[in-house]
Amino acid sequence: MRSRYDEELKNLHGALIDMGAMIESAISGAITALENRDIQKAKDIIAYDEDIDAQERLIEEMCMKLLLRQQPVARDLRKISTAFKLITDMERIGDHAADISELAIMLRDLPQMNSNSLREMAVQTSSMLISSVEAYVEQDEEKARAVIRQDDVVDDLFVTVKSEMIEAIRQNSDFSEAAADLLMAAKYFERIGDHATNIAEWTVYAFTGRHED
Amino acid sequence: MNSPNAFEVRGMNLHYGSFHALKNIHLDIPRNQITALIGPSGCGKSTFLRSLNRMNDLVEGCRIDGDIRMDGEDIYGKIDVNHLRKRVGMVFQKPNPFPMSIYDNVAYGPRTHGVKSKAQLDALVEKSLKDAAIWDEVKDRLKKSALGLSGGQQQRLCIARALAAQPETILMDEPTSALDPISTSHIEELALTLKDQYTIIIVTHNMQQAARISDRTVFFLLGEVIESGETEQIFSSPADKRTEDYITGRFG
Repeated sequence: MRSRYDEELKNLHGALIDMGAMIESAISGAITALENRDIQKAKDIIAYDEDIDAQERLIEEMCMKLLLRQQPVARDLRKISTAFKLITDMERIGDHAADISELAIMLRDLPQMNSNSLREMAVQTSSMLISSVEAYVEQDEEKARAVIRQDDVVDDLFVTVKSEMIEAIRQNSDFSEAAADLLMAAKYFERIGDHATNIAEWTVYAFTGRHED
Repeated sequence: MNSPNAFEVRGMNLHYGSFHALKNIHLDIPRNQITALIGPSGCGKSTFLRSLNRMNDLVEGCRIDGDIRMDGEDIYGKIDVNHLRKRVGMVFQKPNPFPMSIYDNVAYGPRTHGVKSKAQLDALVEKSLKDAAIWDEVKDRLKKSALGLSGGQQQRLCIARALAAQPETILMDEPTSALDPISTSHIEELALTLKDQYTIIIVTHNMQQAARISDRTVFFLLGEVIESGETEQIFSSPADKRTEDYITGRFG
């Protein structure tokens, strides 16, 4: 009776999975650029942000068309309103991947600093991101809830990185600019963790109708 | 009048001969709200609507048991049915103006109920037509035949006619299914305005209409109430899979 409608919903789901894969690859590229001070990689990720934005617009159009033509209700309505919210968070994650890549370029001529906590933040946030997209794709409520819990770990790591950077500047002022840049990178990772949490929360809503707070 | 509900229905069953059309209905209809009754054709929603002003009494072989109370009073007990129908007005799917003037259509009910003074009738006709948002369109041709009005105007005239009896509740049985989108939106706007003064119960096959105007929605299926609740909840997160399947167009 409604095969065309179901087909369009399936296409929307597919487009969201594609956008999830795009931001996963942007984040992983940004981490590589930052770790290895890989300027070419950083430039690629910055340019790639346009593709992510284009995917956001594509999905927006799909949602608008579905709202207009099908006037969805119930689960269908939740899926489509969730798609609207997901792409906003995904687009912001793409922006932050570009922001981190710009920092990688700025850090090129500054003294090398190592922070295991920052490295751990990168690992944790990209794992949150991957899990949140997987939770959506696999409609796995438990996985989504695990992402929501994981956000506290990232928030704690941010506090640790901040203390480390303050300490580094105190010990040697030559590190101040690099430390400030790395602190900004940490803030971007922390924000990515927040957006991944949002994705997980909207995923729970789409499939249960209940909001996670 | 202490209860917030205009109607309280408990353990109601309705049979047409041997056919069990409504099964063990328990339902509260809150006062001054719009309640939408939805469900596939033949599910019993119109039958339920008609039992609220005892229109089913006219159907041969119709038998009702259980309890339907309006303001605490058993409407199937010892009551004056004419008085009940004055308190519970009705608007039908197809506009059905009487073949008489616009004025006489609206004055018909009050006259039947004994209002004779011209001044009183004039005032009541004007107020009813204004409340039904059609006064401006007809005030210069009150003596003309109601049959010359457009479908949408005729339906608003029928609403004015119902209002003239000064009811407490208005039952609407698919009131816009024969109307174009503009007339439909007039009737919907009107329903939203009227709910401050009246309790409105509307049967509709238009899901978007139920979602747009009603405060509460009741889903009927095969003579049973499957789910009832706040309209927003029913249309965003229905609790029962059958409700979900119906409103998303997977059956019905």
